[in-house]
Amino acid sequence: MSTTDVTPEAAEAPTGSMKRSGRRFGDSVFSNLSIGSGLLIFLTLAAVAIFLTLEAWPAIRASQEFEGTAEFSLIEYTAPYVFGTVLAAVIALIMAIPISMLIALFISHYAPRKMAQGLGYMIDLLAAVPSVVYGLWGGIWLVPRLEPLYMFLNSTFGTWPRWPGFLPWVGGEPVVALFAGDPTAPMRNLASASVVLAVMVLPIITAIAREVFLQTPRLTEEAALALGATKWEVIKTVVLPFGRSGVVAASMLGLGRALGETMAVLMILAPGATFSWHILEVGRHQSIAANIASRQAEASGVDMSLLIFTGLVLFVLTFIINAIARAIVARSGPKS
Amino acid sequence: MNVRKNKLVALAALGLTGGLALSACGGGDTGNGGDGGNAGGNGGSNGSDAGGQEGGAGYAELTGSIAGSGASSMQNAQTAWTESFMGLVQAEGGDVTVTYDATGSGTGREQFLNSEVKFAGTDSPLDEEELAASTEVCNGEQAFNLPVYISPIAVVYNLEGVDELNLTPEVIGGIFAGDITKWNDEKIVEHNPDANLPDKDIVPVHRSDDSGTTENFTEYLSENAPDAWTHGPVETWPIDGGQSGDGTSGLISTVEGGDGTIGYADASQAGNLGIAKIQVGEEFVEYSAEAAAKAVDVSPRAEGREENDIVVELDRTTTEQGVYPIVLISYLALCGSYADAGEGEAVKAYASYIISEDGQQVGADNAGSAPLSDELSSEAQAAIDGIQVG
Repeated sequence: MSTTDVTPEAAEAPTGSMKRSGRRFGDSVFSNLSIGSGLLIFLTLAAVAIFLTLEAWPAIRASQEFEGTAEFSLIEYTAPYVFGTVLAAVIALIMAIPISMLIALFISHYAPRKMAQGLGYMIDLLAAVPSVVYGLWGGIWLVPRLEPLYMFLNSTFGTWPRWPGFLPWVGGEPVVALFAGDPTAPMRNLASASVVLAVMVLPIITAIAREVFLQTPRLTEEAALALGATKWEVIKTVVLPFGRSGVVAASMLGLGRALGETMAVLMILAPGATFSWHILEVGRHQSIAANIASRQAEASGVDMSLLIFTGLVLFVLTFIINAIARAIVARSGPKS
Repeated sequence: MNVRKNKLVALAALGLTGGLALSACGGGDTGNGGDGGNAGGNGGSNGSDAGGQEGGAGYAELTGSIAGSGASSMQNAQTAWTESFMGLVQAEGGDVTVTYDATGSGTGREQFLNSEVKFAGTDSPLDEEELAASTEVCNGEQAFNLPVYISPIAVVYNLEGVDELNLTPEVIGGIFAGDITKWNDEKIVEHNPDANLPDKDIVPVHRSDDSGTTENFTEYLSENAPDAWTHGPVETWPIDGGQSGDGTSGLISTVEGGDGTIGYADASQAGNLGIAKIQVGEEFVEYSAEAAAKAVDVSPRAEGREENDIVVELDRTTTEQGVYPIVLISYLALCGSYADAGEGEAVKAYASYIISEDGQQVGADNAGSAPLSDELSSEAQAAIDGIQVG
């Protein structure tokens, strides 16, 4: 597929010749260490999964789904948080992906070499800022400054256009449900949380997209230029198709990060457990991770168990997302 | 392909772990200067409280380490107490380590009854069942509760141009239940004839986490204004939606960030926000540490408990003058008997220190609590003296 790839055959060749000359001590130590570290990942994951399941078990057993008569329902409790988690993460991605792709393209194809390097470092630095700092910044500095924008969106799209009244379900509702509702200051709503999440996933997506774009075969690009393509056409016809799988994977990583982000959401969002689409309204949404963080201090017994169950759901959710990302990368990866 | 894919996988693992890691937020930056300076004075005051049991020299023999856990409400105070207590002991040549883990009241009581910790902090005292169960871990004796931490809860608001605000329990209940929605509602104007109340929406702010502050605040409302506040005393905010903040600091910053907001919070954290005066009887009482302490004084002790088991039945509907009735009391749960002599002595010394004048002052300085009255603290000291050791 590309000139930079190392083929499996090439990688295995040295090992083969090594075997013939007999294994040395250092060699076997290193391979064992390496195998052990690999297994450690599985052990850790398994330990986390087992812990979550065991600790969540009392809540599962006492739940309505299992018992039939219990006071609380696992689905009713967890579903709004799953909704809030996914909604916040998806909106963050919708904001972050286009910007990160443009930044990545700028670094890989437009910026002068020196500037590209500097910018690359800056982006990596952005990824190193702790989430609690983002939370503080978002909660104190950003939220008041977003208020005029929200009010504008709300007054412009929140009431008009509306669906015609004869339609089922949506009749009379605003078409742009996202901006509808009744926002009140301070704007500690899902939209603010998503903006901060977008800033947080931006460096991750940018860094990977940049790497991928840089790997575009030089020859193909030059061929396109030779055929009379402009720079934009080269990017459109060569760079973007080549980097597609990488960008998808990068976005999924960003999604994983956004789904699990705790501190920033906790510090910005005034939570509520509903299925509302009104992202400007306060007290309508909450993410799983932030909910656990805010409730665990005074939770015990079955309440704690219920929180751990939501943690299990988040664990599985992140797994599924990563599996999807891997599948997409595998399927749409450039053929060699 | 291989190389790049592996890179992505590695990054994926990074992203996952980063995302899933919960940040534990500690609020205990209660640095405490001047520990050593207190040493001499403490010995004296302890002596007077304790009838000489834990005199100045008592700390020298203390060794070992004791662990406690429980309510997060008194976390700041406990951090200050453990630090200054250990400093005092060290100054006299003893060597004791005391730790307090703010796991929450429920978990604290659980761990105490499993003998995982030697004392527990809890917002609601051990009940009969738990006391009965405690004999198994307390060397045959029952455990008991001591009030150690009184925290006044202020009704804070952020409303431009209004420096003084009188509120009745009915009005507060109506605001937080969502029935009174405008600042110039006549129910508010009635008690604030001089205030320039604007035609603005009231934005009530509650705690988004489960909290003893919420529980005590709603208990106050449901006892004084049962018609306006119909949700009863609750730990988790019962109404969906609305502005909220995580922890006291989150609530305060939400109130500060809005206009026309009102909330309830630990009085020491109110900062520059306006604090409403609360109607008690015929007058409106401003919050103060003394007024809060007085609320505990005028309240009777809960009946049907052992002599050493001091639980205050907060009288929130009192009409007595100068009493501020919205307070939170946190208790220390201790064993009636400790099998290990060293451990027992350390627990006794630590508990005595907490309820002493110095200890309460340290709590007031670091966590803004209201000090225990002399009467209550001498009763508590008598209970501590009754702990059997060894």
